Amino acid sequence: MAQYPAWDQDEARSLIAGLAHLEGATLPILHALQEEFGYVDPQAVPLIAEALNQSRADVHGTISFYHDFRTAPPPRRVVKLCRAEACQALGCETLVEDLAREHGIVVDGHGGGHDAVVETVYCLGNCALGPSALSDGELIGRVDADRVAALCGGRQ
Amino acid sequence: MSETVRIYVPIDAAALSVGAEAVARAVAQEAQARGRNVEIVRNGSRGMLWLEPLVEVETSKGRIAYGPVAAKDVAGLFEAGFERGEAHKLRLGQVEELDWLRRQQRLTFERVGVTDPLSLADYRRLGGLKGLEKALALSGQGIVDAIKASGLRGRGGAGFPTGIKWQTVHDAKAEQKYIVCNGDEGDSGTFADRMLFEGDPFLLIEGMTIAAIAVGATKGYLYIRSEYPHAIRTMQQAVLKARNAGILGASVMGSTRHFDMEVRVGAGAYICGEETSLLESLEGRRAIVRAKPPIPALQGLFGKPTVVNNVLSFAAVPWILDHGGKAYADYGMGRSRGTLPVQLGGNVKRGGLIELAFGISLRAIIEEMGGGTLSGRPIRAVQVGGPLGAYLTEKQLDTPMDYEALAGIGAMLGHGGIVVFDDSVDMAKQARFAFAFCAKESCGKCTPCRIGATRGVEIVDKIIAGHERPKNLAVLRDLNRLMTDASLCAMGGLTPMPVMSALSHFSEDFDRPPPEALPQAAE
Ligand SMILES: NC(=O)c1ccc[n+]([C@@H]2O[C@H](COP(=O)([O-])OP(=O)(O)OC[C@H]3O[C@@H](n4cnc5c(N)ncnc54)[C@H](O)[C@@H]3O)[C@@H](O)[C@H]2O)c1
Ligand SMILES: Cc1cc2nc3c(=O)[nH]c(=O)nc-3n(C[C@H](O)[C@H](O)[C@H](O)COP(=O)(O)O)c2cc1C
Ligand code: SF4
Ligand code: FES
Ligand code: FES
Repeated sequence: MAQYPAWDQDEARSLIAGLAHLEGATLPILHALQEEFGYVDPQAVPLIAEALNQSRADVHGTISFYHDFRTAPPPRRVVKLCRAEACQALGCETLVEDLAREHGIVVDGHGGGHDAVVETVYCLGNCALGPSALSDGELIGRVDADRVAALCGGRQ
Repeated sequence: MSETVRIYVPIDAAALSVGAEAVARAVAQEAQARGRNVEIVRNGSRGMLWLEPLVEVETSKGRIAYGPVAAKDVAGLFEAGFERGEAHKLRLGQVEELDWLRRQQRLTFERVGVTDPLSLADYRRLGGLKGLEKALALSGQGIVDAIKASGLRGRGGAGFPTGIKWQTVHDAKAEQKYIVCNGDEGDSGTFADRMLFEGDPFLLIEGMTIAAIAVGATKGYLYIRSEYPHAIRTMQQAVLKARNAGILGASVMGSTRHFDMEVRVGAGAYICGEETSLLESLEGRRAIVRAKPPIPALQGLFGKPTVVNNVLSFAAVPWILDHGGKAYADYGMGRSRGTLPVQLGGNVKRGGLIELAFGISLRAIIEEMGGGTLSGRPIRAVQVGGPLGAYLTEKQLDTPMDYEALAGIGAMLGHGGIVVFDDSVDMAKQARFAFAFCAKESCGKCTPCRIGATRGVEIVDKIIAGHERPKNLAVLRDLNRLMTDASLCAMGGLTPMPVMSALSHFSEDFDRPPPEALPQAAE
């Protein structure tokens, strides 16, 4: 599980400066910030706008367009659960119901008593071994509700 | 000291997803405890995903496969003498002789699963870089002609002839041109791009480099979706290695040609697989679809002539240059030439990657290779070509894998994904999901898609709930026609395909006694 340092405007500025020379630098910068701090603080918007000579509205629009970018610190743990067709064919929707009923975990809602969230994604490229989940950069196949709940609880 | 035995444990993400890392660790520990010298090679996956983790041992009788191996099996495997290829209940035999592999025609995936993906020495030893060497001896037009002769069509789904696209970029006059590889692989049910990134990354680099030399581009971008962290790592390392080895850079393989490339990471938006949306994303903006024309071949990245191709299109190129366009065109049927890496998933017993010449029937793939459903229940529906592809019935499975044959039954081949459903599937819910997915992933530029998809969810909900069914079914048909005809891109334009196929082939699911309450929203 990743532990992130608190947002640091100077550190953010230097990360941005290190990438601003790239063609189309916006996404690489946003990824770098999120990798460092776990999210992209709204304070980054004017910094990026200035470095890339864009308007703040443009930068804000870009951040909000993509599902990946968070604008607030992330929960302790994020489990991404695939709910696309191949995993549907293997019962991922039943898994979602079981998670709520048996473990009090609402997908795309709160993580019950756990300081963790389960988020919907569409396909993790593991469609022959579904249902699939991605947690801390690790892909997990043939998951069931108990396994997902255990991932939320931090037990492996 | 005993001789060193080479043992292969895949590092492909699908293999890791069912415990390959623990198996590799167990093999190392067990070997040490027993004083055996082993060299553990982390190879790609052979694509027999139901057998993962598939462990192979190199013996005098070839590579012997064992699988699926769990970490707890490893001590027993050593006990049985598996490092000499001895008998064990998990022993499958010599891997190349397994029926599932023997039935395939692996051109693009010939090295995937065989080698350590990041070993350039392995890559060269097994025929890598021969295509690029031959390309460097040709004119740009000569390369384009070879691709035209191969009949290669875009593997991203639309099937546009790659040679014609390259010709357009080749002929365009500009001081800067780009190569962009579409590695967004957003389609559910598809994973061939991922397996290639992780299993033979240098092949993709070689293919993109050949494209660059053909059209006169000096800079390339590979856009990979963020859902693929393993693939991103492998490709980044491969690009560094290729640069250090002089394959990329100011002098490609010692020639006068210059080409370099970067890996860029998506951010969780399905629409970024649409090529113009992808270009917007690469330029650093919200990924709103651009109207075509102008086509990217003439005005693409930063307005410059750009080759945008799918991973598998580029990956087919080195083989074509090495063996000749005609050799590739000798595979296939009709206007679908060469081979197609099929991805078989969902509720299927033996899922995985199957590369075959075009023309094999869906039934042969699903029943003979796939072994039917995993649940053991009857097959009811099969979705081909991703979330925008049609749902087919069991009776339609004799259709061959061929762009035109599938189009002929109102379906599409797309990126070659096949998702199997058993008889527990509710096709009205699948139709609802198609709209819900479109509503969530629409870029929002045009009304038929943005508003239509949300309307579609509401209408299907009414039908499921039994409200004025005949009227709402008519509204649903009208909406589908509107979205098909008036959407700007294939996101809104093709969402009606899964919906209408569900409705026409499985109409009974839209006519069931209504449940007591409205179904819970599935988004
Ligand atoms: N692989 C996936 O994950 C995935 C996901 C969704 C959709 N798709 C597929 O995408 C397809 C639609 O893609 P599209 O909207 O890009 O299709 P399209 O027919 O508009 O274009 C196909 C390709 O041909 C090029 N092209 C067209 N005319 C040309 C010309 N005259 N000269 C040179 N190049 C030309 C386009 O630029 C594009 O690269 C669908 O059929 C679907 O199968 C794939
Ligand atoms: C909504 C949508 C999503 C797409 N997603 C992908 C994708 O993930 N990968 C891909 O290669 N092509 C995708 N395409 C097709 C591309 O727009 C384009 O046709 C393709 O990258 C061209 O490469 P090819 O000719 O090699 O197939 C998508 C198209 C649409 C409309
Ligand atoms: S069809 Fe949908 S995704 Fe495509 S341009 Fe229109 S709104 Fe965007
Ligand atoms: S559909 Fe779930 S991993 Fe592909
Ligand atoms: S606004 Fe795009 S089709 Fe009407």
